[in-house]
Amino acid sequence: MDRKARDAEWSELMRTAIAGDEAAYRKLLAELSRLLRGVVRRGFAGVGVARDDVEDVVQDVLLAVHLKRHTWDPAMPLGPWVLAIARNKMIDDLRRRGRRPEVALDLSQFDIEGEDQQASIDAHDVDRVLNGLSDRNRDIVRSISIDGHSARDVADRLGMTEVAVRVALHRSLKTLADTYQEKAG
Amino acid sequence: MKTDDLINALAADAKSVEPPIARTFAVALAIGAVVSLIAFMVTLGPRPDFPQLLTNSVRYTFKLIVMLSIAIPAFFIVRGLSRPDFDPGRSLWWLAFGPALLLLGIGMELAVVPSGDWHQRMIGHNSFYCMTIIPILSVAPFLAMLYALKSGAPSHPVIAGAIGGVLSAGIGATLYASHCPDDSPLFVAVWYPVGFAVMAVLGALAGSRFLRW
Repeated sequence: MDRKARDAEWSELMRTAIAGDEAAYRKLLAELSRLLRGVVRRGFAGVGVARDDVEDVVQDVLLAVHLKRHTWDPAMPLGPWVLAIARNKMIDDLRRRGRRPEVALDLSQFDIEGEDQQASIDAHDVDRVLNGLSDRNRDIVRSISIDGHSARDVADRLGMTEVAVRVALHRSLKTLADTYQEKAG
Repeated sequence: MKTDDLINALAADAKSVEPPIARTFAVALAIGAVVSLIAFMVTLGPRPDFPQLLTNSVRYTFKLIVMLSIAIPAFFIVRGLSRPDFDPGRSLWWLAFGPALLLLGIGMELAVVPSGDWHQRMIGHNSFYCMTIIPILSVAPFLAMLYALKSGAPSHPVIAGAIGGVLSAGIGATLYASHCPDDSPLFVAVWYPVGFAVMAVLGALAGSRFLRW
């Protein structure tokens, strides 16, 4: 699929996702994660940094895509917006590691192909950050993410309303993103 | 945590999306501007003959137009900068429109006013007020601008903050200009930029400090 058609499909998925469609959103995030894995690896290779924890940066970017998706203009293609976020997060990561952040990361030149092989590898930053959450919030995040339970199921198990579980999940995701950011500062 | 696990959590949070950033930005700035407007009306207010001045005084109307022609492009550029994929590029030139207009005004003023009066017109009556009140009237739009940018994802937080400072000063200066008795472009060009510079520097500092995401 050429880049334009892919972008059109992604933009449509994101529009549907913003309207609240979880399935479309999941499909989009899975495709973006494959793209980002290639982008992050090549971006870092381009500045001479060998990285074995690409997956941490991929997850940081996905969190930012999620929490900032209201900054995407539906009249614009989704791809460049995602790449702009990836670029910001990669610069943050370099800065965090004491590298010169000015290094050009010209993502527009990449003929990007996705990478799949790391989807099943654990990333560690999020785990460390998860430990900073309250017991209940960590339980909620783990049940929904790792165990794949629905918010409804978790609510029943913990004796909470589904809305309360969703709110706790959202707050926790924000905390995860903020904690990434603090490491950069 | 595996990335696929994280995606489970993000997908479960699909319904939490915030309102579009362009709307948040417009609403925040409107509130900030109205707060400043109310504070201005309660304390200083426009000159008593405001309606007549708009039709009769070229200089008075001109300075209001200059201030708005700085504030309006700044609004659109900062709103764009709240998105990560916005490339300000040539749109930054629109920020030069107001100053260019003012230069034109200065040229005309120098042509029609005898040179013996230039100094007095430039010094005016209220330069101290001008330098202090513009930043004060800019505070509410400034905070609104920071709030909106914080909810956005600016790739250039320092530039966004600085131009946001210009935007807030543009709003404060438009209000102050309607009160200030000094209408000469010479006065406007010497004293108004101080308020703009103060807010731009504050915006750049706030941008580097608070707007990382």
